[in-house]
Amino acid sequence: MAELGPLLEVVLGGLMSGVLYALVALGFVLIFKASGVFNFAQGAMVLFAALSLVRLAEWLPFPLAFLLTIVIMIAVAWAIERLVLRPLVGQHGLILFMATIGVTFFLDGFGQTIWGSNVYQLDLGIPASPWFLLESLFPGGILVSPIDVFAAAIAGALVLALSIFFHSTKIGRALRAVADDHQAAQSVGIPLNRIWLIVWSTAGIVALVAGMAWGSKLGVQFSLSLIALKALPVLILGGLTSIPGAIVGGLIVGAGEKLAEFYIGPSIGGGIEYWFAYVLALAVLLVRPQGLFGEKIIERV
Amino acid sequence: MKLKSLALAGAALLSLVAVGPGVAADTIFYPHLVYRSGAYAPNGIPFANGVADYVAMINARDGGVNGVRIELEECETGYATDRGVECYERLKTKGAGAIAFSPLSTGITFALTEKVPIDKIPLQTMGYGRSESADGRVFAWNFPLLGTYWSAADILIQHVAKISGGLRGKKITLVYHDSPYGKEPIPVLQDHAQKHGYTFEAIPVTHPGVEQKAAWLKIRQTRPDFVFLWGWGVMNSTAIKEAVAVGYPRDKMYGVWWAAAEPDVRPAGDDAKGYQGLALHPAGADYPVHKDILKYVYDAGKGSGKREEVGEVLYNRGMIDAMLKLEAVRTAQKLTGKKVVVGEDVRLGYENLELNAERIKDLGFEGLVTPLKITCADHEGARKARIHQWDGQKWVFVSDWIEADINYLRPKVEAAAAAYAKEKGITPRSC
Repeated sequence: MAELGPLLEVVLGGLMSGVLYALVALGFVLIFKASGVFNFAQGAMVLFAALSLVRLAEWLPFPLAFLLTIVIMIAVAWAIERLVLRPLVGQHGLILFMATIGVTFFLDGFGQTIWGSNVYQLDLGIPASPWFLLESLFPGGILVSPIDVFAAAIAGALVLALSIFFHSTKIGRALRAVADDHQAAQSVGIPLNRIWLIVWSTAGIVALVAGMAWGSKLGVQFSLSLIALKALPVLILGGLTSIPGAIVGGLIVGAGEKLAEFYIGPSIGGGIEYWFAYVLALAVLLVRPQGLFGEKIIERV
Repeated sequence: MKLKSLALAGAALLSLVAVGPGVAADTIFYPHLVYRSGAYAPNGIPFANGVADYVAMINARDGGVNGVRIELEECETGYATDRGVECYERLKTKGAGAIAFSPLSTGITFALTEKVPIDKIPLQTMGYGRSESADGRVFAWNFPLLGTYWSAADILIQHVAKISGGLRGKKITLVYHDSPYGKEPIPVLQDHAQKHGYTFEAIPVTHPGVEQKAAWLKIRQTRPDFVFLWGWGVMNSTAIKEAVAVGYPRDKMYGVWWAAAEPDVRPAGDDAKGYQGLALHPAGADYPVHKDILKYVYDAGKGSGKREEVGEVLYNRGMIDAMLKLEAVRTAQKLTGKKVVVGEDVRLGYENLELNAERIKDLGFEGLVTPLKITCADHEGARKARIHQWDGQKWVFVSDWIEADINYLRPKVEAAAAAYAKEKGITPRSC
């Protein structure tokens, strides 16, 4: 029982981190699903959204700052659609991907220029002190961080909302049609530009939520943008087009890397969790190239 | 069409070159490697501001060093070694030639250590860099002034041994940035573990240091008596937050002097109360040098940062870093009789640099910096620090000056330097 306590703690801690990875991965999936663009700028959007919120909240009431940040993220989506995507309609996916790398550099630099490069504290009123569960069963109990639980709850709600949006609304169906073929969707009267604006705005709002969850945990600073790199193995694992895939992928990566760091790390010098996620994802690629939940695409040549 | 595009691109490039800042040959060229953006910017910015403001003050108040204006040029490294080397290559021959480099990164220091003897430019690494480079006989161009990481580790061990009445049977865990910087104290802490009888464990944290959950769950399990933190940037505040999350007491945590400044504790809010760390010098803006900086730089609207940030820990460190460099320049001017000195002259200045209490007072740094004396053999000059504790608002000293044990460290430094000399085929100077 004494050994089981730490194991459960590590798994639980890992799953909670995994939910946070999933939150970032969701933004990627959303845009890929609806526009076929692999948006490398999702991490930069997380940073930009969180920075905007935390700096605006310094001189505005929090709800107002939150609403204003949503407006800012919609404006960012509009600018990306207008200045980057629209001129590239019909281009190969790789070109669009490269364009989003450019957007990443721009947003990273622009965000830090207007909002600053310090670490900003984002206090959402969640207690930082841990909860200890099952103290009667395990010595010292099982440690759970309230911030992680809060983030998990938010992520859960978001996934539910997005699933309903994609499957049960007219816009959701239009988004899926656009993802399959831009030009065909346009030819049946789906307004491509408006759809792209909607999906990039939604991704911006998801980025804001992810930024709030990560920012309340780590403080709002540049490293939030690097968290996007954590979402990549999650996407490889879960598949680029599946919302449940992002969640399950996130959970596997989160729990897997923490377990590896805790149990294997000390014997090989430690610091392995960063690359372990990629090893895990590569292993999945060998067996299922489309990821655990991704769509198998068969193309005639 | 292609030709036209090419011509346009060429013209654009030429115009960039044409408007690029020139450096007058009758000025001293001060290259400044900074990181004002990226993951380590919260710590890089106050340091960079301290350097820039001090140089600006010397120019405004004294017209430069002995009347020779200082031309300072910043180059953004983002704390990345490749970009640091690129900045070095770009700036080393600019103007009359670079006086010295301070990369503020142990990784960049490792990369430049092999370049500086060829280019004949000193590398000033105040409070960081390679610990064995304190041996000036082998490392003629490196100057790890005021304290190396080995000195820092020794001072920390002396302090915790004193407050706990000996370390036998105790556990000490080092949480370190998985980089040359973070690994530096390990040999000394391992050595001391045998000598003092404590159990030592080192846990690496990968760049940028935001993923520390597994490390702190391990700490929760092993419950060390003390945790030493060798982090930088966001890693430090994250460590404090993770310590809160696993219920580890902050007053058992000790940061090295790069993990004990305002950007390390403020993001953790009230939870950082009680956290302790090494201090190479005090925080605060009440020293005469600050009055001059405020008068000549900020009152003239030329400050690099916000007025209220003058006097923060890393700001003061940047200021001290610049002062030591300019004092080496001043010494070099005196020794060579030249007005405009370059790297080779400044190395001579460093090796004859002596700051006694009187000179420190004249410079306006009384109480801010300990006296130091650099010699050909000893490039560290001084090896003292105090412990300070965060009270939620400010840093408060909780110990007097503690000096690293030179009798223990010097043979270790010399052995490591000799091994380096052998590997690189360097014949140590006799001094």
